Amino acid sequence: MRSWTLRHVAQRTTALARQPALPFVRAASSVSQRPNSDHVSFPGALKSAFVSSLKFENPESYPALPTYRVVDQHGVVVDSSFTPDIGDEEVIRLYKDMVFISIMDLIMFDAQRQGRLSFYMVSAGEEAVSVGSSSVLDREDVMFCQYREQGVFKERGWTVKDFMSQLFANKNDPGRGRSMPVHYGSKELNIHSISSPLATQLPQASGAAYALKMQRLQDPNVKPRVVAAYFGEGAASEGDFHAALNIAATRSCPVVFICRNNGYAISTPTLDQYRGDGIASRGLGYGIDTIRVDGNDIWAVREATKKARNMALQDGGKPVLIEAMTYRVSHHSTSDDSFAYRARVEVEDWKRRDNPITRLRKWMEAKGIWDEAKEKAARDSLRKEILKGFNEAEREKKPPIRAMFEDVYEELTDDLKAQMKELKGMLDKYPEEYDVGEFEGGKDSLKD
Amino acid sequence: MKHRALHQLKRAVARSSIVRLPLPLARCYSTHPPNAKLNIPIDYATTPLLAHSSQMALRSKELPEEVRNGTTKKMNLFQAINDAMGIALSEDESVVIFGEDVAFGGVFRCTMRLAETHGADRVFNTPLTEQGIMGFGIGLAAEGMRPIAEIQFADYVYPAFDQLVNEAAKFRYRDGACGRSVGGLTVRMPCGGVGHGGLYHSQSPESLFTHIPGLRVIMPRSPAQAKGLLLAAIRSNDPCIFLEPKILYRAAVEQVPTAPYELPLSKAEVLKEGKDVTIVSYGQPLYLCMAAIKQAEQDLGISVELIDLRTVYPWDKKAVFESVRKTGRVMVVHEAMVNAGVGAEVAAAIQEDPDTFNRLEAPVARVAGWSIHNPLLYERFHLPDVARIYDNIKRVLKY
Repeated sequence: MRSWTLRHVAQRTTALARQPALPFVRAASSVSQRPNSDHVSFPGALKSAFVSSLKFENPESYPALPTYRVVDQHGVVVDSSFTPDIGDEEVIRLYKDMVFISIMDLIMFDAQRQGRLSFYMVSAGEEAVSVGSSSVLDREDVMFCQYREQGVFKERGWTVKDFMSQLFANKNDPGRGRSMPVHYGSKELNIHSISSPLATQLPQASGAAYALKMQRLQDPNVKPRVVAAYFGEGAASEGDFHAALNIAATRSCPVVFICRNNGYAISTPTLDQYRGDGIASRGLGYGIDTIRVDGNDIWAVREATKKARNMALQDGGKPVLIEAMTYRVSHHSTSDDSFAYRARVEVEDWKRRDNPITRLRKWMEAKGIWDEAKEKAARDSLRKEILKGFNEAEREKKPPIRAMFEDVYEELTDDLKAQMKELKGMLDKYPEEYDVGEFEGGKDSLKD
Repeated sequence: MKHRALHQLKRAVARSSIVRLPLPLARCYSTHPPNAKLNIPIDYATTPLLAHSSQMALRSKELPEEVRNGTTKKMNLFQAINDAMGIALSEDESVVIFGEDVAFGGVFRCTMRLAETHGADRVFNTPLTEQGIMGFGIGLAAEGMRPIAEIQFADYVYPAFDQLVNEAAKFRYRDGACGRSVGGLTVRMPCGGVGHGGLYHSQSPESLFTHIPGLRVIMPRSPAQAKGLLLAAIRSNDPCIFLEPKILYRAAVEQVPTAPYELPLSKAEVLKEGKDVTIVSYGQPLYLCMAAIKQAEQDLGISVELIDLRTVYPWDKKAVFESVRKTGRVMVVHEAMVNAGVGAEVAAAIQEDPDTFNRLEAPVARVAGWSIHNPLLYERFHLPDVARIYDNIKRVLKY
């Protein structure tokens, strides 16, 4: 409506003759209703059969979408068609990546409690979703994360130093000390920097996927790539989720949406988040191929993601949705005490009964490639490695103060140069009021 | 809601095609009070703000030599914008254009024939979702493309505000040493009053964007300027908001150089030199300023300097300060609400600069929309007009 009126308005203000209208690509008559047809042929729905009984579709009359698993809670393979696609060494590497994340989580959570860093978010219970999906994506596939995907960074090769530099916002932090802890980003790993606003990364992922598709169309030598976008079930309530899936479907974007449905968005249980069949059921409504998987089963996550990646590259590109069912074992963040809204016993149950790390461990032990001694050795060495990185990172200098003014624009504007000078003047005039010693170059970095 | 209104409109149109209505002239939108001397319609065919000849168009020193030696073509604003986008699509295959209804040419015809010429992969419709359009554009730009996103009306940019403020503007900053940005992104949107756009087809939200570090905010006043500034915005490595005064789409016609060219961002243009008062404005009100200046100079025997900001953020303080130091009196004119508008920033910066403050001989005046929404029936009383600008020139001089 708005377009029509204003076009009309603009035409009236004109001094020029109206341009001749272009011929329509698809005439409305080509989808007109045929006499005596069994099916609807309105433009909005082309294959809908007419029925003569009045019946509303009821979500409860449909069974919940099934959850795909390869290995059960005891580490026993239940998908008879499954054979591991990687060798023992690679399985152990993935296992260690998950354990690494869980140990780093504990150390950093405590470090935050001691006031040694400002904030932290653990990913306990969800290590298989991040590590598993990442391990079957191509290294050059582009990633957008929410914030609980440490495993993706680890699996792609991030070191203790990389994690710690960001967490302590020291001079080696690629984010130059501007973002809160856990807001990682890496150009080498093709993972876009994490931002706090939820779900904003989803339509961006669709756009990025369209870019990859266009770049390949324009240059067939470019490698086929997909975008993977992670988000929680709470973020899926944002308008950007809706926008992202719809636009990805209509523009046929090669993007794999990976939802971590862990039961909670901070304190809000899924019952207060939605009333449909989780997130997966919505994918179908957007015309998107969808699967629900057991997120505590790294093999199920891997199989589904591997296939989703192939599907996303088919037919000129298309989106795929994966809903990984998990349980957020941890508090939401260091600023949250989750026992204020859920029973401790519920959490303990999940920890004990089913978690992705023990499930893979059971599978490995049954295969005879892992045992208690190896477990202890691995944990000890990882813990040592993390603590060493922790201590080094904590002692590093912070980035130069100048970094606060840079990268707002490609180049410093006149305003920013003037403000930088003004800040320098303050630091010169009131040296007792500011602590500049920890910043590389002290206040001198503010010089022109 | 949109559908219902459309339905009503269609019915109204259907009726009017059958019933012949008597046409009382006084009730037509384009008429003005019979004795008006100031508030008469702008004659775009004679205004000195538009280049009515090739020579005028090619005179600008901002144009590179080869462009000044080239040819021109008569274009209105939408054609100039279309021309700029056609050039951008031709010269750089990473440029893509999308938004609501852009494939058939756009509701204001700005994307006419671009899809046919450059392919449906590069010029395409999106679903009706502003936040989706913006997020999609950010994603494209993040992967090295140069997307040009269209928001159908500036009034509908708010659903995309989160993506603009928290994502586009901060992308380079938070990526830090990784070095990625969405500098390739340009967001076009029609803005401003159009006579009867009411609440949601009239807004000028530029000052909201000027409060977001990381964005460049641009508003052209004419076809030739639109082409040069839009090409500069598209090629700029910072995300740009490009606001197009929709009332000028068809009204403003001038000779536009046919070659590709850029006009500098963050640089104001002195449209007319003067010594007694400086008027700072941008976009369509410049035409009103010019009309008011003509009358004031004639009536009062003074001379007024007129400055077109062109880029409202980061804006050209130097040019404005220099002018005010010369004239000692200054007025800022814009359509958007006076409170916290661009005028507030310009006025504050002027009084903050000691050398300029010292030269002030009168308070900085702001002639802008009242602190209300744009009401359908009352637009002529709401937006700055020639009479208000004229009266404020007098007031500033009298102080």
